[in-house]
Amino acid sequence: MRLRRRDWLAGAAALAATSGVAAAGDPLYRRGNDADPETLDPHKSSTVAEAHILRDLCDGLLTYDNRGAIVPGAAKAWTVSEDGSTYRFTLNPDGRWSNGEPVTAADFVYSLRRIMDPATGAKYAEVLFPIAGAAAINRGEKPVDTLGVSAPDPATVEIRLEEPTPYFLELVTHQTAAPVHAASVAQHGESFTRPGHLVTNGPYRLLDNVPGDRILLEVNPHHPEAASAVIRRVAFLPTPDLSGAVRRYAAGEIDSLSDLPGDQMVALQDRFGPQVVLGPALGLAALAINTRKAPFSDVRVRRALSLVIDRDYLAQALFGDTMSPAYSLCPEGLDHYRTPPETAGRKGLPIDHEEEARALLTAAGFDPKSNPLKVEYRFNMSDNNRNTAVALAEMWRDLGIVTRFVYTDAKTHFAYLRDGGDFDIARMSWIADYSDPQNFLFLLQTGNDGFNAGRWSNPDFDALLKEGARERDLARRADLMYRAEEIALRELPWIPLMHYRTKALISPRLRGYHPNLRNAAPTRYLRLTA
Amino acid sequence: MIRRLARARSVVVSLVVLGLLALACLLGPAFTGHEPDRFYPDLRQLSAGLTAQPDDAHLKPALQRIAFRMRARVAASEREGDRLRLTLAADQPIDRRSLVYLPRSDLFGPPSVVAEEEDGRRLVLDVPIRHLRFLLGTDVHGRDLLTRSLVAGRVSLAVGLTATLVALLIGVGYGAAAGYAGGAVDAAMMRAVDALYALPFVFFVILLLVFFRASLVLMLLAIAAVEWLDMARIVRAQTLSLRERDFVRAARALGRSAGGIVLRHIVPNTLGPVAVAATLLVPRVILLESFLSFLGLGVQEPQTSWGVLIAEGARAIEAAPHMLAAPAFFLIATLVSLNLLGDGLADALDPRAA
Amino acid sequence: MIGLVLRRLGQGVPTLLAVVALSFFLMRLAPGGPFDLERPLSPAAMENLRKVYGLDRPLIAQFGSYLAALARGDLGPSFSFRDMSVAGLIARGLPVSATLGALALVVACVFGIGLGCIAALRRDGWIDRAIGLGAALTLSLPSFVVAPLLQIAFGLTLRWLPLSGWEEGDPRHLILPVVTLALPQVGALARLTRASLGEVLRTQPVRTMRAFGLPPALVTRHALRGALLPVVAYLGPLAAALLTGSVVVETIFGLPGIGRYFVEGAVNRDYTLVMGVVLLVAVLVIVLNLAADLACAWLDPRLRAGT
Repeated sequence: MRLRRRDWLAGAAALAATSGVAAAGDPLYRRGNDADPETLDPHKSSTVAEAHILRDLCDGLLTYDNRGAIVPGAAKAWTVSEDGSTYRFTLNPDGRWSNGEPVTAADFVYSLRRIMDPATGAKYAEVLFPIAGAAAINRGEKPVDTLGVSAPDPATVEIRLEEPTPYFLELVTHQTAAPVHAASVAQHGESFTRPGHLVTNGPYRLLDNVPGDRILLEVNPHHPEAASAVIRRVAFLPTPDLSGAVRRYAAGEIDSLSDLPGDQMVALQDRFGPQVVLGPALGLAALAINTRKAPFSDVRVRRALSLVIDRDYLAQALFGDTMSPAYSLCPEGLDHYRTPPETAGRKGLPIDHEEEARALLTAAGFDPKSNPLKVEYRFNMSDNNRNTAVALAEMWRDLGIVTRFVYTDAKTHFAYLRDGGDFDIARMSWIADYSDPQNFLFLLQTGNDGFNAGRWSNPDFDALLKEGARERDLARRADLMYRAEEIALRELPWIPLMHYRTKALISPRLRGYHPNLRNAAPTRYLRLTA
Repeated sequence: MIRRLARARSVVVSLVVLGLLALACLLGPAFTGHEPDRFYPDLRQLSAGLTAQPDDAHLKPALQRIAFRMRARVAASEREGDRLRLTLAADQPIDRRSLVYLPRSDLFGPPSVVAEEEDGRRLVLDVPIRHLRFLLGTDVHGRDLLTRSLVAGRVSLAVGLTATLVALLIGVGYGAAAGYAGGAVDAAMMRAVDALYALPFVFFVILLLVFFRASLVLMLLAIAAVEWLDMARIVRAQTLSLRERDFVRAARALGRSAGGIVLRHIVPNTLGPVAVAATLLVPRVILLESFLSFLGLGVQEPQTSWGVLIAEGARAIEAAPHMLAAPAFFLIATLVSLNLLGDGLADALDPRAA
Repeated sequence: MIGLVLRRLGQGVPTLLAVVALSFFLMRLAPGGPFDLERPLSPAAMENLRKVYGLDRPLIAQFGSYLAALARGDLGPSFSFRDMSVAGLIARGLPVSATLGALALVVACVFGIGLGCIAALRRDGWIDRAIGLGAALTLSLPSFVVAPLLQIAFGLTLRWLPLSGWEEGDPRHLILPVVTLALPQVGALARLTRASLGEVLRTQPVRTMRAFGLPPALVTRHALRGALLPVVAYLGPLAAALLTGSVVVETIFGLPGIGRYFVEGAVNRDYTLVMGVVLLVAVLVIVLNLAADLACAWLDPRLRAGT
C-alpha cells in the first residue's frame, strides 16, 4: 500500500505540473484499443494499436484525417521533383512540441536518422527503405549521416529516394516516420517515453500510461489546431477479452471498440443495430503452402484445395461479415492499381468447382478410399483461427482429404515458419503498411523468408516486381503488378481466404467516425455529444 | 463402514448421479442420433429445445444458402408436413448435379424433380424434410451440444481421475516419507517442494506444452506434477504430529520397521484429510484443465472436453447462453457429486467416529 | 524461533537460485523469441534487436549477466512493454494484485473458516448439509464463468456495480473481482475446516472436556488449535497464489495487476518479465510457507520440538 501511495504522489506531482489545460470535468473519450502498446517510441513501434495512439500523439510530415485522406501534418506543403526522386516539405511555422518549443526541420532529420540507426533496434525501419541510403545504414554498412534526408533551412525537409516511389507520401504518414524530440532522448535515454518525460508534436500529449489499465492523453495546448479539437481528453483502454469489452461497452463504460468477436456478430447487430460499423480494410488472411514438399509441390493439389473452399460461408457464418471472401491477394481499393485478378471460385457453379477439384486430385494420384490426401494444417491459436480450421477441414473432407491440426501460440508459429520449419499448410495473415499492390506482392518474392514460408520462387514473378519498382508510369506499373499477381494466383503458393474489414462499435454519442481503408480515426476529428 | 456410507443420503445420491453421468458419457453418444463432429451449417447456435429442425425460421435461410450454392433463386417454397415443394429459378439452366447440395446439408432428403420449365431455368422439386432434434442446442459450427458434452465428459472424467490418482500416489508417498523421516531429510525434501511450488503452474505448463507440443498425456503429467505438492504438504504436516503419538512410539519401541509403521499406522490415520484432499483434487484437476482450455492450451482438436466447451460458451455467453449452460450443467453436476461423495467418504472413513 | 526463521530464510537462497536457473533455461529453450511476430521482421532488424538486448551471446553469458544485474537489484527491461522496466511494471502492478488478493484471502478466511466451524459444530444437521452443498457448488464453477455472470447480473441487469476498471482502488470496483477470487476458496476452506474440526471434536480429550461440562467456547478454542493445522498449511500457498494475481479475473475485469504477466509473458517470450514475476512468486512462497509453518508450530506445541 505504501508503495502505491508514493507512486501516486509522484504521479500527482507530475500531473499538477503539466495539466490545467483540460479541466477534470471535461468529458473523457474512453476508446477501446485492442491491446496494450508495446512502446510509445514511434521508431520501435509495429502494431496497429500503437498506430492509433501515435496518430494522436505525433504529427508526421503528413497525416490522415478521419476519412483516410492524406492531409498536411507538420508540413503544410510539399513538392516533388521532375524525376520523382526528391521531395521537399515546407514545415508549418506554427508547429510546436508539447513543451512549447517550435518544430524544426532538424527534428525530422534527427528522427529519420534515429530510426535507421541499427542501435535503435527499430522493427519497422524497412518501411522507409525507399529513402536513399536507408537500407545500407540499417544493415550497419554506412554511417547514419549518409541518409538521404537533409534540412536546407529550418523550415524545409528534403528527402531523396533510391528510386521514384509512387506510394512515398503514404510512407511519410506511417508511425515510423513520426518525429521524436531530440533533447528528451538525449536527456532521458530509454525512458524518454514515460509520462512526464515524453514530448510530442501532435494534437495530444501523454498524461499517464498504466499497462493493463489505460493510456491517458490530453490536448496539447501548443499545437496549432488545439482549439479545434473538441475532445480534450482521451483514454486508450486495452481490450484483450473481446466479450468482456462488449459488456463494458453495453454498460456505458467504453465509448468505442476497435475489434469485435466475429462469431457473435449476428447477436451484436441485433443488440446494437447501427452502432456496429463495418468498413473496408487492407488486409489478407491466406493459407501458405509448402511448395517445396510433395505432394504440395504439385500445382494441381493446390488448386484442388483452393477450389472447394466456401469462402462465403467462412466470411458470413464464422466471421459475421467482418471479413469478406478473397479470391485475390490484393484487396479492392488499393492505390496505383486496378481491380485485382482472381483465382477460380467466385464465378461458376460450386458443383463444377468440386468436380474439377476431384478430377485434379485424381490426376495427381489421390483417391478418397485407397489413397486419401493427408494434410497437416498449422495455425496460431485463437478462437477465430480454430473455427476457421475446423470449417476448412470439413470442406476438404468432401474431397476425401484427411486433415490434422497443429496449433501453437503465435510466437512459436511464426518463429517456426520463419526458421524454415517443415509444414504442409500454414495460416498467414498480413495487414498492409501502405496502399499499394507492392505491399502485398512483395510477400511472395524470392528470398523474403519471413513471409514466403513455403519458399516459393518464380523468376517471372520476381522480374515483374523488379520492373514495376523501376517503372514511373503508373498505368504501366499497375499492369506489371497485375501480371505478377496473375502468376501468383495461377501457381497458388498462398491460397487467399479472406480480406479483412474494419469493425467497430461506435457509441451514438460519438460523432465523426467514418470507416476508411486506412482504419484512421484521429481523435481530433471526433466529437462526444452529451 | 459400507452400511454407514449407505446411510448418508447425499452419498447415495452422489454415487447414483455419478454413475448415471459416467454411463451417459460412455454410452450416450451412440443414442443421441448425432455424431459429435457432424456439422449443420444452417442450424448454428441453436437454442436448447424440443422443436424438430429445420423449423420454419431456419428453413428459409437454409434454402437461400443452398440456392446460392446452386447459383439459383428460391422462387417459391411450400411446406406440407414433412415434404417441401420447392421452386427454383435461375438465369441459366439449373445444373442437376447441384441438387446434391440439398441432401448434403443434412436437412433434407434426396429431391425429386416434379416439373421442369423454361428449358431448365425453372425447376419444381419435391424434397423430403428431415426431423432433427437438438435437445441442448448447437454450437458455432452447428454441432449437437448434447452429443459433444457427453463425448467431452469422457475426456474430462478420464483426465480428472487419472491425474488425481497419480498425484495422490506421489503426494502421499512423498509426504509421509518426509514427515516420518524428520530432521534434515524432511527439511531437504520440503525445500524441494518449496522450489517446485515457487514455479507458477501456468508458466510451467505453458512452457511444457509449447516445447513438447500439447497433448493429452502431457497435460495429464503437467497437472499431476503440480498437484501432488498440496497433498505432500498436508500429509507431511499430519505425519509430523502423528509421529509423536503414543501408538507410533509404541510401534517403534516394538521394533517395527519404518516402512511398516508408515504404512500401517501413519497412512491410515491420514486418510481422513487425504480423502478430503483427494476429493478437493478431482474437481480441481477438471477445473484446471478448463482453465488451460480457456487459454487455448488444454485438450486439443479434434478431441474436446468440458473445459473447452465451457471456455467457448463463456465467450459467447450473451449471444448464445445455451452454449455455456449445457456443458456447465454436466460439469457442475459431476463436481458437486464428487465433492459430496468425498464428504461422505471422509465421514465414513474417520477411524474415531462413534 | 529466531534461529528457525533465519535458518529457513537462509535455506531459501539456494532455493531461489535453483528456481531462477530452472526458469531461465526452460524459457530460453522454448522455441520462438520475443521478436517473432505475425509480421516477421527482416533478418537485419532481427539481428539488430538481438544485439541491442544481448540475446546473441551464449546462454551462459546471458545467465551470468542476469545474475549480476539481479545482485544490483536490476530486473532488466521488459520485452513486451518496452517503455518500462520489469521492476517498474511489478511495482505498478503488485499493489493492485496484492490488494485484491489480500481482500480475497480475508473474505475467504472469514466466511470459509467461519462456515466450516458452524458446519462442524452442527454436524449432520441441515445447516451442515446446506453448507456442504454450497461449498461443493462454489468449487465447481470456473472463475471465467463466474466473472461474466457477475458482470451481467450486477453490472448490466441491476446496474449496482461497475463492470471493470481499477480507478485507483475505488472500493466499488473491487467488489466483483474480490468475490470472484474468493468464492472457490470459501468453499475449499469451509470444507477443510469442517473436516478437520469435526475430527478433533470427536477425539477423546475433547469429548472428555465436553463430558465434564466445560463451557463450549473454551472447548471450541482448544479444538480449533489442533484443527486449524491443515487449514493453516493450506493457507500458505493459497496466500502466495492470491497475492500474485489471477489472469482470468484481471483480464475480464480490466485490472492492471501482475497476474496477466505470467501468462502473457510466457506466451510473448518476455524473458525478463517472466523471470521477475517468477522470482517474486518464489520469494512470496518461501516467506509465506515459513509463516504458515511458524503458525503451525504455534498452534501445535508438539511440532516445535521436532523443528
